[in-house]
Amino acid sequence: MDDLTPTDPWRNLSRLTTARVGLGRAGGSLPTREVLDFQLSHARARDAVHLALDVPTIEDALATRGWPFLTVQSRAADRAAYLQNPNRGRRLSADGLAALQPWRHEPAPGYDVVFVVADGLSALATQRHAVPLLDVTLPRLQALDWRIAPIVVARQSRVALGDEIGETLGADVVVMLIGERPGLGSADSLGVYVTYGPRVGRSDAERNCISNVRLEGLSYAEAAHKIVYLVTEARRLKLSGVALKDETGSTTTTLE
Amino acid sequence: MTVYTETIAGHTFSFPDLRTLLAKASAPKSGDALAGLAAESAEERVAAQRALADIPLTAFLEEPVIPYEADDVTRLILDTHDRDAFAPVSGLSVGAFRDWLLGYSVDGATLEALSPGLTPEMVSAVAKLMRNQDLVLVAQKRRVVTRFRNTLGLPGRLAARLQPNHPTDDPAGIAAAIIDGLLYGCGDAVIGINPASDSPQRVVELLTMLGDLIDRYRIPTQSCVLAHVTTQMQAIERGAPVDLVFQSVAGTEAANKSFGITLGLLAEARDMALALKRGTVGDNVMYFETGQGSALSADAHHGVDQQTCETRAYAVARHYKPLLVNTVVGFIGPEYLYDGAQITRAGLEDHFAGKLLGLPMGCDVCYTNHAEADQNDMDNLLTLLGVAGCNYFMGVPGADDIMLSYQSTSFHDVLYLRQVLGLRPAPEFEAWLTDQSILKAGCELLPAAPHHPLLAAGPWNA
Repeated sequence: MDDLTPTDPWRNLSRLTTARVGLGRAGGSLPTREVLDFQLSHARARDAVHLALDVPTIEDALATRGWPFLTVQSRAADRAAYLQNPNRGRRLSADGLAALQPWRHEPAPGYDVVFVVADGLSALATQRHAVPLLDVTLPRLQALDWRIAPIVVARQSRVALGDEIGETLGADVVVMLIGERPGLGSADSLGVYVTYGPRVGRSDAERNCISNVRLEGLSYAEAAHKIVYLVTEARRLKLSGVALKDETGSTTTTLE
Repeated sequence: MTVYTETIAGHTFSFPDLRTLLAKASAPKSGDALAGLAAESAEERVAAQRALADIPLTAFLEEPVIPYEADDVTRLILDTHDRDAFAPVSGLSVGAFRDWLLGYSVDGATLEALSPGLTPEMVSAVAKLMRNQDLVLVAQKRRVVTRFRNTLGLPGRLAARLQPNHPTDDPAGIAAAIIDGLLYGCGDAVIGINPASDSPQRVVELLTMLGDLIDRYRIPTQSCVLAHVTTQMQAIERGAPVDLVFQSVAGTEAANKSFGITLGLLAEARDMALALKRGTVGDNVMYFETGQGSALSADAHHGVDQQTCETRAYAVARHYKPLLVNTVVGFIGPEYLYDGAQITRAGLEDHFAGKLLGLPMGCDVCYTNHAEADQNDMDNLLTLLGVAGCNYFMGVPGADDIMLSYQSTSFHDVLYLRQVLGLRPAPEFEAWLTDQSILKAGCELLPAAPHHPLLAAGPWNA
């Protein structure tokens, strides 16, 4: 594209911030270059919100690794229902609940931990980062002889869906790997939520969150380190959330 | 309590109380549907609107939507209601009130005298009978002027809050965005930072940086760090240069409690800010933000629709004579306002209701990436609110808030609106911009100067 409109003389201020400073102007309006750059960022974020999780690809990847898994859906039938009524994304569909029953372990807790691979608000994040993160996390827990439940792949899922999954399976801790709400500069950011004693009705204050898992953010190795720490501590202290401090570094409390 | 009915073509719709009638008469909002309050059909909505049109305004004084005993916002509304000011419209129904507001003879002075006589519920009700153009027309009549270090809300003027947020509160990163905004002619409403951290020490540091900048360049504007009100009060105790005290407020006692505030706490904070005497042309020291859906989000809505809850928040705000009030209209997400049409409607309702109640209304015209909205929707709402005489909008670099992860309006958007509507910055700020060779003829930027004094020195040039 021919670019006739210069950036502003103070464009170098952008070395200090990722904010869009010194963009230049056509009259008082945004130059074409900047309009298109913004549109691209927004388009990526929008696509990420509406992209359906490619479940077969994830199932293939899990099967290849020899990990047992099953797939469920929330009570949100589609994306529109999911976006308009968050509560539907927090409970399992009847089929989903039935699918979990054969794996139920009684007396609870029959499993030390269950991992949920959930689309959340960015299936793109889940598609890209969930299995690679499991690749570095699961072997560390297996080495500790932990009883790991089948991995649950969940569609149209909010963070709290893990409560019903963990409660139904009879797991000590649920770890949700879930796509975060896309920002303009971060369409593929994965969040991790650790909840001890999962059961329907847990509040967000009872979870620990690891945010911003992506190539430009928190690495898989760092995230795995935090997950192992939090899950271990949650089981030792028999709690999670505000009373469990992440001593491995900063923990953010971003929700969905 | 009265049961309200409306019969259309032989079918009778029934509404058990005023609160239900208001909810069913509301423009479609996903949040009201989520709360189970919305009309179940389009026809039921119109039936409710027709029933509402016949209700006398006095009904809202006799039947509070949330009981007087149960809620201090209701008590504030009824205890401060001015019967004398209400007199000119006291005999009107809601429908007749709409027609009265649209009449040629009702001007800004009439509406200013009326404000103390109106309750939020009356204003919310009449808004439900108005089309978007009515909300624009009536709001445009009512200018609300406030002052601290400059004069905001005058006819022919449009201000901007400069919002230079940074994900880690890095002072140099924040300063870079401030310089950018000032060179784009923005910042007259306030230079206001949403801090990532609520640490009192960090808030003091940011306030000190803003205070130094304003002093050094003699900028006729005010600063604010939008931490929790108690954190700002601590900052005042530590000697920080606090111009405006900010707080998010809602329309029920329970929702305010979930924000960690009471009416008494807000009064205390205001007294502390007033005692600093930092304003030069006026003493409006408070800054409030609101937004439809906040009461439902806090599970504190008492079965009242989100527009009425929002309007009740304005009764809270006006009690403290604020410099600035803005609804953050699309921030809350699609479960409350689903798409561009709902965000637009809510933005126009909020601006209208705030102005009618006497508030210096601005608007954060904004959306999140999971809402069915885009920058074109924001252009439309921005333009509509500009015509409606909105006091100020947000100026965020490139409309992309990198700390709060949502899209608002940009410095360029403010320049656009000033240009197409012939609006100018606040007069004191305009004089400063002219003196700084940033602006000429009120709304046109001068060519960018590579060695402008604002770029000369500071944390951004270390």
